[in-house]
Amino acid sequence: MGDFTPNEMMTIAASRALTGEDVCFVGIGAPSAACNVARLTHAPDITLIYESGTIGTAPDVLPLSIGDGELCDTALTTVPVPEMFRYWLQGGRITIGFLGAAQLDKYGNINTTVVGDYEKPKVRLPGGGGAPEIATSSGEVYITMAQSKRGMVERIDFYTSFGHGEGGDHRKRLGIETKGPTLLITDLAIWKPDPETKEFTVVSLHPGVTREMVQETCGWKVKFAEKLEETPPPTALELSTLRDLKARTDAAHKGGGPAAKRGSKDG
Amino acid sequence: MARFMPLDAAVRENLKDGDTAAFEGFTHLIPTAAAHEAIRQGFRDLTLIRMTPDVVYDQMIGMGMAGKLIFSYAGNPGVGLLRRLRDAVENGWPRAVAIEEHSHAAMANAYEAGAAGLPCAVFRGYRGAELARVNPNIKSIICPFTGEELAAVPAVRPDVTFIHAQKADRKGNVLVEGIVGIQKEAVLAAERAVVTVEEVVEDFSDLHPNLCVLPHWTVTAVSVVPGGAHPSYTHGYYARDNAAYLEWDAVAADRERFREWMEENVMKAGPDDFAARVAGLRAA
Repeated sequence: MGDFTPNEMMTIAASRALTGEDVCFVGIGAPSAACNVARLTHAPDITLIYESGTIGTAPDVLPLSIGDGELCDTALTTVPVPEMFRYWLQGGRITIGFLGAAQLDKYGNINTTVVGDYEKPKVRLPGGGGAPEIATSSGEVYITMAQSKRGMVERIDFYTSFGHGEGGDHRKRLGIETKGPTLLITDLAIWKPDPETKEFTVVSLHPGVTREMVQETCGWKVKFAEKLEETPPPTALELSTLRDLKARTDAAHKGGGPAAKRGSKDG
Repeated sequence: MARFMPLDAAVRENLKDGDTAAFEGFTHLIPTAAAHEAIRQGFRDLTLIRMTPDVVYDQMIGMGMAGKLIFSYAGNPGVGLLRRLRDAVENGWPRAVAIEEHSHAAMANAYEAGAAGLPCAVFRGYRGAELARVNPNIKSIICPFTGEELAAVPAVRPDVTFIHAQKADRKGNVLVEGIVGIQKEAVLAAERAVVTVEEVVEDFSDLHPNLCVLPHWTVTAVSVVPGGAHPSYTHGYYARDNAAYLEWDAVAADRERFREWMEENVMKAGPDDFAARVAGLRAA
């Protein structure tokens, strides 16, 4: 086993959750790297969809935005944005919605809108984009983000995208039939919702990670599964695939200088 | 009936103070040249609509042109936040901007409803989402057949839409290809539409029959502006200038530096400057 960074472990652990049968709506940022590592390793038949309308895309380098030309060049087809949201997402054809988060709570509710009050925000974030409907119309939702007390909070400032609400059967009470968040992959651990309460529970620690490390970087009191597993470390193939992808991305975006670093950060 | 004319005349004839205007483009084909022309002509009190307001709306808001913004994702793609928009929302500089915020699904449906001549859009959305609490234009409607509660938003009907496209033919028919985004709907939903294009070709007789073409009688004015989408890209013509998006983050971080940059690169520049900006981004 070679050395690897926590972010590399996060990306690879997230990629393992995807299968060749999945039709995955890829959120901007961290999810994009994981989805493409899956496609380049164990899930070559996965269908990756970006909200710009590209269906079945197979980018050689990671896109900087959801509308890069590379996504269209390598896609099976590219459809208009209204069709993407109406026929493909609302139509129930997406199995996995893969999202990142600025702020997340223990029930998988996501805030990407504001820090502070909506009318008088401390920080105005970009907003929901496609996420509010990805979160409710995809068959299930995977979330990936690096852990921090600022990001993983007891109470989010704004419910941009609904997860399990207050927990339990809250989705059902709102008439939402899809499963919602079923998996959270951080740089330290793999989390799954408790079957009853829907609170995210740590089920697997990445190699070298302790319970204390998970708690210190999380704003709520963390629950751990009774049988806690250890995430298998990255294989040589997974690691080389991710690093080659990043190197290609950096080379393609060079001239952008920091753009290259940005591409890496998402991995 | 599309009329070919220089961009400054097309903007002057089709945009007015107080208009509701959409400058659409979904990462691809952003009508930057048209937006810069509008900035030079100094319009005020605009209601700006766009699913993904990015650098050009940051510039227009920073120049104090917008009284209201209707949008669904306001970020600098691949870079971060829009700093001029933040300054307007958080500090009211240079003026306060009212916000009507939606999700992408809602905006896409609202444009489609506008193009279809409907008063509102109906879709399955906003379930559990807090935007429904802060935006009074998000309402619900009961399906008369199944009883399902669905979201409803007003149709988007801009006074004028600006888009950038690959090419027009001599009659003014317009071809859009690649990531086509919401542009067709944005043009058909609007009272008037101004299109900038990379080039004009004799006719479209050799095109694939199912391509996205806007007939000339749906377009008010066509202006030829090579490179007019920079720093965005035009599929088949030139690549996205990722460095410019990063540079913008630093420029927009400071009010003075922003004003100086706008003076140098927009106020003292013109549509003819765009071709040189994409020279290094064209495929070899």
